[in-house]
Amino acid sequence: MARINSVKELEKVRKGIISKRDPNKPCVAICGGIGCLGGRDNLIHAFEREIKDQNLEGQVDVRVTGCHGFCAQGPNIVIYPEEICYVKVQPEDASEIVKQTLIGKKVVERLVYADPNTGEKAVYQSEIPYYRKQMRNLLGTNPKIDPKSIDDYLAINGYSSLAKALFKMTPEQVLEEIKKANLRGRGGGGFPAGLKWETARNAPAEIKYVICNGHEGEPGAYMDRAIFQGNPHLIIEGLIIGGYAIGAKQGFIYTRHDMPRLRENIDIALKAAYNYGFLGTNILGSGFDFDIEVHLDVGIFVSGEASALMRSIEGKAPEPRPKYTRTAVKGIWERPSNLNNVETWANVPQIIGKGADWYLGIGTEGSKGTKMISLSGNIVNSGVVEVPFGTSLKEIVYDIGGGIPNGKKLKAIHFGAAMGGSLPAELIDTPLDFDVMSKLGAAIGAGGLFVMDEDTNMVNMNKFFLDFLANESCGKCAPCREGIRQMLRILTRMSKGEGREGDIEALEELCEVGSLASLCALGKTTSSPIYSALRYFKKEYEASIKEKGCNA
Amino acid sequence: MSDIILTIDGKEVRAKEGMTVLNAAHSAGIFIPTLCHHEKLEPYGGCRICTVEVESRGRTNYVASCLYPVEKNLIVRTRSEKVDKIRKVLLELLMAHAPDSPQLKELAEEYGAKSARFEKEASFCILCGLCVRYCAEVKKKSAIAFVDQGPKREINFIPEIASKECWNCKECFPLCPTSYLQAAYVLTQGLVGFKNS
Repeated sequence: MARINSVKELEKVRKGIISKRDPNKPCVAICGGIGCLGGRDNLIHAFEREIKDQNLEGQVDVRVTGCHGFCAQGPNIVIYPEEICYVKVQPEDASEIVKQTLIGKKVVERLVYADPNTGEKAVYQSEIPYYRKQMRNLLGTNPKIDPKSIDDYLAINGYSSLAKALFKMTPEQVLEEIKKANLRGRGGGGFPAGLKWETARNAPAEIKYVICNGHEGEPGAYMDRAIFQGNPHLIIEGLIIGGYAIGAKQGFIYTRHDMPRLRENIDIALKAAYNYGFLGTNILGSGFDFDIEVHLDVGIFVSGEASALMRSIEGKAPEPRPKYTRTAVKGIWERPSNLNNVETWANVPQIIGKGADWYLGIGTEGSKGTKMISLSGNIVNSGVVEVPFGTSLKEIVYDIGGGIPNGKKLKAIHFGAAMGGSLPAELIDTPLDFDVMSKLGAAIGAGGLFVMDEDTNMVNMNKFFLDFLANESCGKCAPCREGIRQMLRILTRMSKGEGREGDIEALEELCEVGSLASLCALGKTTSSPIYSALRYFKKEYEASIKEKGCNA
Repeated sequence: MSDIILTIDGKEVRAKEGMTVLNAAHSAGIFIPTLCHHEKLEPYGGCRICTVEVESRGRTNYVASCLYPVEKNLIVRTRSEKVDKIRKVLLELLMAHAPDSPQLKELAEEYGAKSARFEKEASFCILCGLCVRYCAEVKKKSAIAFVDQGPKREINFIPEIASKECWNCKECFPLCPTSYLQAAYVLTQGLVGFKNS
């Protein structure tokens, strides 16, 4: 493929791709997400073999896609053009699916989703309650594209927002559009991305950087990888648009070293984007140059903290940088560096493509657009969910999540993993909103949602989170390192029913000092789960002291 | 360049752009305690004992004064109820490691910290990093380094470098706020000797 040198050429290429495709050609879209296949390729091979054996070669496509979202029912497949969904598909089912559905155009009833409560069957994605209540602006295209194919992305109008930004908008107009859309950072803080972009844009420097934080590492957080692996060009397109708006010619994608499959599709996508001329010099003939490089972490969670991540890109140990100057002003090598996470960047193309006014129509007053959530814990339908802000937690847990398994009662909803907080079941009507949740002490964070049933012990839960943080803190500053050490001791004692008088007060004091005096966001929020537990579940803490034993 | 005027403990202080609050306070004769700070080294911000209360554009924050840059009209309080509490708890946490350190004992008295509040941890080291940073930044040898992370973090001499460099230097010894670095060093030397014998 030769480089595309203008918008006209781009549209010609796009037309060429679409015209060569027959929308009625049958296709088996297999979810290749970690939750469904987990790197095992036997389901894919089974379909390829069956198609060959049943003489359908060339007449049927097999597409390995990114995460479809319904992890609890995986492996998931969708048969096009009818869009029939099959769940929990095993390699031995391939023969029947090919024979019955692809050749016979009949539905294989036993592989269709059935509601566990009503037994009601749902053949199409749009009929499955799990999907029906969602608004899948970002995830919806995952089953339709092979993440390894740039042509698939172009076929769904990919890179048209980039073309619009480069040829119909000035960098200032792109920035204004993002500001107007009130896109807030999806990585944890919910800080307005437009304001950060503006800071980086206005910082006086020749060289600036934009970075995509693909360092997803919290326990229970696995939504970013659905896009990262499933639709890599969406992130790349967002990052290029951001670079244009900010005045950066270099982008970085920072991700984990320990999951080679995570970056596989990004690497392929970058190569293709260079070949097509979406990256490199004079992009689409616009005169704008932009490059992207992938950087790997060195293995601890704090690597994902903004300043630690930037030190890591500089080639230094990933310890949070001891500076009070914002990284948007002085980041990598003291140059303005704008960092946003995967989901934030993924939102950019649709805002530019459809406009801020469209985007403002989704969500609540202060939280616009949709949010991807990974739903796990004591919940029937675990998976990756995308809902508009303002959706109540009740809808997420019951209508989408299918409620609590085994007839148990809901006890708490936990957001933000080890640095988040738990809300009691009574607050289930709370809407998903950055500010509302954060006021209640359960900040959305990156979007990992744990559901806990009545058997959960909150002391043990907090101990679990602290155990995680003990391994992931860098250990540089005293309040975080020593606070975690002592809090973990106290909670370990309490979880054995050996709590002492004064333990709760000590926890409160350590939480306060840790949140005020720690160097980075990890240390400052280490105390969040304990804060929220003491706010809503204090009785349980008191019980582990007075009664000399936990109730679970 | 014109001076920046800020207020520290009610006193008007003149500072140069780029100075930290700690520099500015010290230049005005106002004391802020430190443990990991050293004039010859890059500011580190590890011990957080120098935390102060700052008021900037109507917002109150708690910041490490060794890193926080001076700014126009900044109001700094080197002591307040919260600042004292932070320092007290930090001292109690650090005294679990080095209960006999004269420097910690003196500060503990000032802030009412109880040395036995948290369970003892016989490391003797408070991980201020003075030795590590001095060796790297001033001596450019990096004979001693941090290993591991979180609560497992500790200092370790790198035997290959230490056996060559340390006997004739030992400039990091007097920097140690707990006076116990020597013990760790001698121990490591013993291990190196054992390995080489």
